[in-house]
Amino acid sequence: MSIDNAVVRESHARAWEGTGWGFAVKLVLMAAVNAVGLYIAWSAWDVEQWGVLIGSLALVAVADVVYFSRRRLAGKYILPGLVFLLVFQVFTMAYTVYVATTNYGTGHNSTQEQAVDALLIQNERPVEGAPTYPLTIVEGEEGPGFAVVSETGQVLVGTAEDPLTPADGATVEGDRVTSVPGHDVVGLPALLADPALQEDVLELRVPVSEDADDGSYRTREGTRATVYASSLDWDPEAQTMTDAVTGTVYAASDDGEFVAEDGSSLPVGWRVGVGFENFTKAFTDTNYSGPFWKITAWTFAFAFLTVATSFLLGLAIALLFNDRRIRGRTVMRTLFILPYAFPAFLSALLWRGMLNSNPDYGIVNSLFFFGQRIEWLTDPTLAKLAILGVNLWLTFPYFFLVCTGALQSLPTDIEEAARIDGASRWRQFRAIQLPLLLISTTPLLIASFAFNFNNFVIIYMLTGGGPRFTDTSAPLGHTDILITMIYQISGVQGGSADYGLASALSIIVFVVVGLVSALAFRRTRKHEEVL
Amino acid sequence: MTRTEGAAGTVSPHRPDASRMTARRRRWWLEVGWKYPLAALVVFYAAFPLAYVLSASLAPSGTLTGSTQLFREISGQNFAALGDTRFWQWAANSLVIGVSVVVGAVLMGAAAAYAFSRFRFTGRRLSLTSLLIVQMFPQMLAFIAIFLLLVTLGDAVPILGLNSKIALICVYLGGALGSNTFLMYGFFNTIPRELDEAAKIDGATHAQTYWTIILRLVTPILAVVALLTFVATFGDFILARVVLTSEQNWTLAVGMYGWVSDQLNANWGLFAAGAVLASLPILALFLFLQKYIVGGLTAGSVKG
Repeated sequence: MSIDNAVVRESHARAWEGTGWGFAVKLVLMAAVNAVGLYIAWSAWDVEQWGVLIGSLALVAVADVVYFSRRRLAGKYILPGLVFLLVFQVFTMAYTVYVATTNYGTGHNSTQEQAVDALLIQNERPVEGAPTYPLTIVEGEEGPGFAVVSETGQVLVGTAEDPLTPADGATVEGDRVTSVPGHDVVGLPALLADPALQEDVLELRVPVSEDADDGSYRTREGTRATVYASSLDWDPEAQTMTDAVTGTVYAASDDGEFVAEDGSSLPVGWRVGVGFENFTKAFTDTNYSGPFWKITAWTFAFAFLTVATSFLLGLAIALLFNDRRIRGRTVMRTLFILPYAFPAFLSALLWRGMLNSNPDYGIVNSLFFFGQRIEWLTDPTLAKLAILGVNLWLTFPYFFLVCTGALQSLPTDIEEAARIDGASRWRQFRAIQLPLLLISTTPLLIASFAFNFNNFVIIYMLTGGGPRFTDTSAPLGHTDILITMIYQISGVQGGSADYGLASALSIIVFVVVGLVSALAFRRTRKHEEVL
Repeated sequence: MTRTEGAAGTVSPHRPDASRMTARRRRWWLEVGWKYPLAALVVFYAAFPLAYVLSASLAPSGTLTGSTQLFREISGQNFAALGDTRFWQWAANSLVIGVSVVVGAVLMGAAAAYAFSRFRFTGRRLSLTSLLIVQMFPQMLAFIAIFLLLVTLGDAVPILGLNSKIALICVYLGGALGSNTFLMYGFFNTIPRELDEAAKIDGATHAQTYWTIILRLVTPILAVVALLTFVATFGDFILARVVLTSEQNWTLAVGMYGWVSDQLNANWGLFAAGAVLASLPILALFLFLQKYIVGGLTAGSVKG
């Protein structure tokens, strides 16, 4: 489009008059962004999550500055994606590094203060000779609560979060509370009819005060409340926990635990920095070091062999069928790439069923191995072969597509010259086609290596990492790769969690993948101007 | 060629012609013909598991059998049985999450690529380089930190916490800029800058230029990014499994894994029917967008 044309044919842009509906849309969107941001900030204030509060306010402020200034054009386009990138990728990467240097995990979940509270609460026992109070169960917005009548006839109401406090406007009949404003009174028949509520009530702990050291009110049957106090005694000055029953003194240690002199420790610890301990743990801990080296070796072997086999097969098929004399090449190509177009997780699960060792169920054994019982997924060596085989099936179409594309874009004059010079077909391929092909496909080979290095789906769906190693108690197996190992020991699935160690391993993988990608990038940059 | 014919003359007009035909045929077989049986073999290798899953989905029994006779019995039983499971709910979840991520990722990626391609601002090179470095690290690897972040966020705003589809969409969008911007950036650079300038002279604002001119010209790359993003989101297991804890929120990848992960209680009939239904839209998209994909792939992105 040139200027002359635009003059002849009136551009619609000429009808544009300053701030029209575009500005209105922007205003509405920005109002929504501000509302969401302020809502998050306000909720964060409510639960005292200062990091979330500061983060959301900062992001809202930046968004307002960028979108309401006349300048910062590029910022207007980059900011939306950048916000998500910063929060969910850059921040999480940095946070992974932080977690890797702590003992965060089961038993080390929170701060020392919270660990002390948890320990005090866990060890609460009924206080001997303490008075009991007639109890009425009430239900409010925060779940069930206790209502009791004190010696002075005042009604006190409390829930799991709020200690017992006097409630105004409550009515009493005898020693039973009949109504409390803001709560529903649950009668005994209603309580007996609701097993779920009974469970909640029996587990309910209404604190005496904000201080966990003061104990709590609990009930054993729903009609009377008793004071419970912790058998542990917390001494903030000395940083010790004393067991009132046995007299054992547990002292806070640098590892984030309370340890007694005899070496025993209390079950709840807290999060402390451990420096590089997690990194050395992977290499030295008897439970992890053996599997770690085997798994690392297999990860490299798996990624390399997958790329090598599927590239060779894809290349071979591409060479054979990149031939103008063959008819129906479009149909063939479509059929060849079917495995690639089928969702990978479904393929892996499907092959898991097909490779069933029982020939009555596993078609591979019954159709191709004469009904032999071959343990494809439970024998360490065969399981590795099966994974490579399935991944070859999944990946060769990709390289077939890529190689076909590359072959078709090769200059034909060089080949012609070689043919005239009398080069054999093999020579033509070795000396001309392959080198040219490798130039355009090497970055993709490296990228595929990096991808397969973290190919969680195929391993987890096909073998689940099994068969298990017998020489370790960690839930790891012969076909686990680093990413599935991280997943297994992270404990995000339940079970015992070790976020610190898992994060440290993630960082090791980060480094490997980063190096491989950097290599790919250097290769690519040689051939095209990237920046 | 004509010489043979001429020399043979009148003696026996058919014979040389016949031998020439056999020679030609032999040559054809040696050079081209044998590739057809080979193609049949490759097609068998590529398509057999898919034919098998289709057959299993139509079989009335709930197992994958070792029977070599495919399509022996046809019944819609498994497909009907899907209605009694959470399959359609999971499919809807996958679709909602996938489409939201695609729309978000395409819009945000295209906007960023436009800015990098058309504006010259301070810190442009630095941003591009940082983006290049960030995108080298797969987001999936930080799943523990993502889990812990969502625990914290969910404490304040439950809808951004664990077990929320919106939270999962946000997590996926976090990876959008890194993985797509470069692919798009290269394509945006191939659109002549003169077009922008002409529009600007005509009085179009930057927003008008972007929405009405540039976006229309880059549709092919938008299609590729949309497809690759959808496939990646649809097939993701680890993040979906970590974030979505309750069964009614699961995606197909998480839910269908549960159907067959336990060797003893595996329900392969259901799985086969579900797999056929779940893969059809993706297969169709792939086959329709084939030629765009090859271009997109060679521009540097990978799907497993």
